[in-house]
Amino acid sequence: MLQLTINNNQVQVDTDPETPLLWVLRDVLNLRGTKFGCGKGLCGACTVHLNGQAIRSCQVPLSAAIEQKITTIEGLSEDGNHPLQAAWRDHNVPQCGYCQSGQLMTAAAFLSSKPELTDTNIDNAMAGNICRCGTYPRIQKAIKQAGNALFVDAMETNQ
Amino acid sequence: MSTISQLSRRKFLQLTGLSSGGLILMGTLPISVSAVDTLASATGVSLNLFVSVQSSGQVDIIAHRSEMGTGIRTSLPQVVADDMEADWQQVKVIQGLANADYGSQNTDGSRSVRDFYHIMRQMGAAAKNMLEQAAAQQWGVSLAECQAKNHAVHHSSGKSLGFGELAESAAKLKTPDLSSLKLKDSNDFNYIGKNIPIVDLHDMTTGNTTYGIDIHLPDMVYASIERTPYLAGKILSYDHKAARQVKGVLDVIRIEGKPLPAAFNALEGVAVIANNTYSAMQGRDKLKVKWKTNEHASYNSTDYIKQLANTVTHIEGDVFSNKGDALNAFAESSKTIEATYTTPYLVHVPMEPPMATAHWHDGICEIWACTQTPQSTQKTVAATFGLELDQVVVHVTLLGGGFGRKSKPDFSVEAATLAKVVGKPVQVVWKREDDIKHDYFHACSAQYYKAGIDASGDVNAWFARAAAPTIESTFNPSATTIADHWVSQCLGSIPFDIPNVRMERHAAETHARIGWLRSVYNVPFGFGVGSFTDELAHAANKDPKDFWLELIGSDRQLDFKEEGFKLSNSGRSLEDFPYETKRYKNVITTLTDSIAWGEEQPEGQGWGLTALRSFLSYVAVATKVEVVNGKLRILEMHAVMDCGTVVNPDRVHAQIEGGLIFGISLALMGQIDFVDGTPTQSNFDDSPVARINQIPAIMKTHIVASDSMPAGVGEPCVPPVAPSIANAIFAATGQRIRDLPINKHLKV
Repeated sequence: MLQLTINNNQVQVDTDPETPLLWVLRDVLNLRGTKFGCGKGLCGACTVHLNGQAIRSCQVPLSAAIEQKITTIEGLSEDGNHPLQAAWRDHNVPQCGYCQSGQLMTAAAFLSSKPELTDTNIDNAMAGNICRCGTYPRIQKAIKQAGNALFVDAMETNQ
Repeated sequence: MSTISQLSRRKFLQLTGLSSGGLILMGTLPISVSAVDTLASATGVSLNLFVSVQSSGQVDIIAHRSEMGTGIRTSLPQVVADDMEADWQQVKVIQGLANADYGSQNTDGSRSVRDFYHIMRQMGAAAKNMLEQAAAQQWGVSLAECQAKNHAVHHSSGKSLGFGELAESAAKLKTPDLSSLKLKDSNDFNYIGKNIPIVDLHDMTTGNTTYGIDIHLPDMVYASIERTPYLAGKILSYDHKAARQVKGVLDVIRIEGKPLPAAFNALEGVAVIANNTYSAMQGRDKLKVKWKTNEHASYNSTDYIKQLANTVTHIEGDVFSNKGDALNAFAESSKTIEATYTTPYLVHVPMEPPMATAHWHDGICEIWACTQTPQSTQKTVAATFGLELDQVVVHVTLLGGGFGRKSKPDFSVEAATLAKVVGKPVQVVWKREDDIKHDYFHACSAQYYKAGIDASGDVNAWFARAAAPTIESTFNPSATTIADHWVSQCLGSIPFDIPNVRMERHAAETHARIGWLRSVYNVPFGFGVGSFTDELAHAANKDPKDFWLELIGSDRQLDFKEEGFKLSNSGRSLEDFPYETKRYKNVITTLTDSIAWGEEQPEGQGWGLTALRSFLSYVAVATKVEVVNGKLRILEMHAVMDCGTVVNPDRVHAQIEGGLIFGISLALMGQIDFVDGTPTQSNFDDSPVARINQIPAIMKTHIVASDSMPAGVGEPCVPPVAPSIANAIFAATGQRIRDLPINKHLKV
């Protein structure tokens, strides 16, 4: 049995350690918010956090996640109200919605580093996540909104 | 025999997620036994299937079209709720099963709103009328004194009854004559024309969604399939020993392909069945399959497109549109211009590849799929296995994109084929490589144009000749000619007032499954017509905007009778959807008035313009580019669309944005090459699509206010993108791109 921490829950799985984390999440743990898009780390649909860093779960074997902290879209926030999720709704970002779990997880890792919210920084951070529907202009706006909300809140808290 | 009717009503309610405590308003529901019994015999639109009211007041509205990102699961129920006077907060949207009673569920052709807007209004108005009748009966007053508003029926005396309270008695009434119903005045709309957020918005931002790949049934197993590398390939032999040794692999099953036509049949292949997705894929990678060679196994698309280009440029074809005498008119032109354009094969690549799950039980085959076309799925599976339609139950999941790929139900046939053998639910998972190599490919094309400009600078003759593999070949292997309804898309339907016009087409043989992709033949023909018009403007030394407007000419309605050409008009009459040059010109001038059109641009920068009418909507797009050291950057893209009446403006803007970005992908990088009958591309590394850092920093979309009949929205913004970029590149550099994609010529 292998021990994992997923969305702050301790879980044990009896799965080949070479299995990509994506399929452990989806097929074994029934966490199906994380999506399959390319199987080669090219599209970002499977993005989750490993110790707070955005990773492509189709490229990371289960063995690399043992006793590490994994966060999936289901655990991004308690109530679905992470500032990014709220901003995504304010801007009606999703069209088909399939890539949006990965987009949100990449964006959340990006904002957690408290970057300067320039267009270039946002584009560079998000360039690994494909949206075939073309929601990019709204993703850009939503990240700016959420980032501003997060950093402004943080500054106010620090005062 | 009707096995489905043996299923209990409770079971059907479970299948759709509908609460069984509800009262059914308009007689029947698709999920009731009696309604399902009508499936085989019913034809056309049964008008009592969309609305039910529960005693709690909850109004359940059926979404019968597939949600692939257009917002249709919201927009059509939004229309019903408006004419019903239902409170949107008390509406629950229920996804309908495959059921011919709904009318067409084939979610493509930009048809959902344009074909169902009026019907949905009638559904809402009928429900409202029945609730008002029920209240009138209860109060013993005339119907005229009762008025539904805000989820209740009110009497002039001030008393009122909620929809939930009236549901039971309303359900006993007959459905009123729909044509007699008075629909709301547009000034009284509560929801139509308003930005209602999509019903799936919260779930899509929390991962709480069910797409085709997310179906999870007890005892379900997974399949990954190695399919024929070329059209109509047959297996010579296969070695599955190593595949069977992969942990988790349960079985290896050969799928026998049918002879052509390819239609929606399963492809010949070998499936590896496993107890998890990854093992199925691992096992499948270890298969060694040898294929018999055939006439498609040596197909090379680069040579093929070169040959098509040579043919259209030099060899007389079959005339399909003719007015005046274009060939002789060229003698009177002071200048003639010629150009040949080529466009490549393209793939759909929705973010969710095709996925289907099938389960045979109790004499039925039950399917869950991300399908654009549940009824075709039902029919194809029924025909494949000799079942009655009511023995095939098709659930539509959310679709992780569609773009036309998922209106071909071959993947559901695969799932049904395997589940029948395995005896358990089987989920067929397509890898991205499967999706690209086994698509129904968007046709490549070659187009030759020639036009004459007379001494006064007017175009006196227009000649076009085109060839492309035809979609009909997927259903009839001997079909080689692009049909009238395909050449109606941009090519045969030019809006120009030119005295002499001649258009020809050539046969083109087919070596792949050809299918429709978002905007279909508008994509190549919009590029050809949009580019050549720009070439003519420059040859005539005129501003392209002025040239477009002059060439379109006076306000009039076009029917192409003089050309002897039968315009398909997207299957709708010219009475309902006239082809109006005024609207065509209006989108152009609205667009150019909103940007710095005509201003001098810095070195290496330029604007390009194009316009078209497709799916009955009018669109103009202007793009500003910069080319520095052979590297293209799209700086701005602006679109104006006139799509008639709009239900949900925010979703229309989203479709314009998405259509433009889809068009950017195709224009810059869209290309599939066949070598030895097989696409050389396989994933997003060698078949790239636009990423966030490739879209223009400025994108603006504008919808023309209109009370015309609602027209298509999902597709029309794709085809203008490539010509607008190519025209901008010419303005910026003098380089004319006649061969797509653009990354063959410039870094993107």
